[in-house]
Amino acid sequence: MNAGKLLQWRKHVGDKVQRGDIIADVETDKADIEVEVFSTGMIEKILIQPGEKVPVGTVMALIREEGKPFASEAPAVRIEVGVSTAPIPPAVPQRPSVPPPTIETGARRLHISPVARKLADELGIDPGTISGTGPGGRVTLEDVQRAAHTRGAKLAEAAPELDRAARMRQAIGAAMARSKREIPHYYLSTTIDMSQAMAWLADANLKRSVEDRLVYGVLLVKAVALALLQFPELNGLWVEGKAIAKPEIHVGVAISLRGGGLVAPALHNTDRQSLSELMKSFRDLVQRARAGSLRSSELTDPTITVTSLGEQGVEAVFGVIYPPQVALVGFGKIVERPCVSEGQIVARPTLTATLSGDHRVSDGHRGGRFLAAVEKLLQEPGQL
Amino acid sequence: MTRDEIRDGLFRALTQVAPEADVSRIRPNVRLRDQLDIDSMDLLNFVIGVHKEFKIEIPEADYPRLVTLDGWIDYVAKMKAQPQM
Repeated sequence: MNAGKLLQWRKHVGDKVQRGDIIADVETDKADIEVEVFSTGMIEKILIQPGEKVPVGTVMALIREEGKPFASEAPAVRIEVGVSTAPIPPAVPQRPSVPPPTIETGARRLHISPVARKLADELGIDPGTISGTGPGGRVTLEDVQRAAHTRGAKLAEAAPELDRAARMRQAIGAAMARSKREIPHYYLSTTIDMSQAMAWLADANLKRSVEDRLVYGVLLVKAVALALLQFPELNGLWVEGKAIAKPEIHVGVAISLRGGGLVAPALHNTDRQSLSELMKSFRDLVQRARAGSLRSSELTDPTITVTSLGEQGVEAVFGVIYPPQVALVGFGKIVERPCVSEGQIVARPTLTATLSGDHRVSDGHRGGRFLAAVEKLLQEPGQL
Repeated sequence: MTRDEIRDGLFRALTQVAPEADVSRIRPNVRLRDQLDIDSMDLLNFVIGVHKEFKIEIPEADYPRLVTLDGWIDYVAKMKAQPQM
């Protein structure tokens, strides 16, 4: 997503907020999201009004953290549209990675701070068109944000309003094109015997009430999360030319939306949830994704994506990695295939698991071992 | 409980899962999955909805019989006719 429209504030100036509180609802190309705060304090200033459409990264409000004085010298926490833990690289060709603090624009020499220049680059704004308010006319971060705000408002006025499905398709297309352009993908697949897993699941569901039953997709997601503990390089992001392995495993699960499109929100701390907890989280996530009430962190936190198209009759999925992630795991449908067991040909339920990996971070050798770990975990479903 | 009452209860459960579904257009003898684009998570939520609506237990082993609207109506009618535990 590259822009968001503020739908409403749930908190107002002077309200106290705690880490995790939902303070606003924002409409983006992919979904309506609930914006959370990541600090505890008081809303000091509202900068964006409902109905305004602004680029991602625009500061929406300032929060005075608990214990800090109301004074201009102490900067307040900034709440941004589409709060992102890791910036997604811009779709347009980038300017030099280490931009100079000043640039020549015709006859005048433009002064701009590196951080302001970086944001301008990310937002695709020519710094030469921004009026600087800093010392000696220097363009500050606030100047860039203001310009982005104005530009966003103008864009919103000028651009014909596409419907949600068209905007989502546009956003997915942009992300996938960037992925294919920038990520050197490799693909692996393996066939997994699901006899043990399906038998265990049928037995487990017999003992569970209808509300606590599991679907086999939960076993797959948990197996991926546990396998990632052994292959941490696949659980991370590629940011500014560097691989960053993430300590927490937040599996993003691809969820198709009615009317078209998909989102892949995070199941937080997937490896640490029991199957029952994971099932509950998964059901909740699917319902909220389809109802359009995901939280901002759920859209920005995934450290890897799992997608399953088995129910659509697909045998194998060779997915496109969602940047800045560095891997994607795909699952196809469960089909009975002939297998040789103790000299006999028997029918076994099998499933094709695939890995799309980023060659900048891993290779086929490690990727293959990762898929083997997933397979092994699914042979002992009681341990998941 | 009449078949019409069961159908209405099933539609209530179904619209909880797929609010956009036009239940009046559902063909009774065609797979619900094919008509409504529902997946296994939706199916589970529908089963939970039917369980709450009619106060009946629905073992997972019975799922393969529950693919069409007519199949569901027959099943619920039969379960409601049985003495509940």
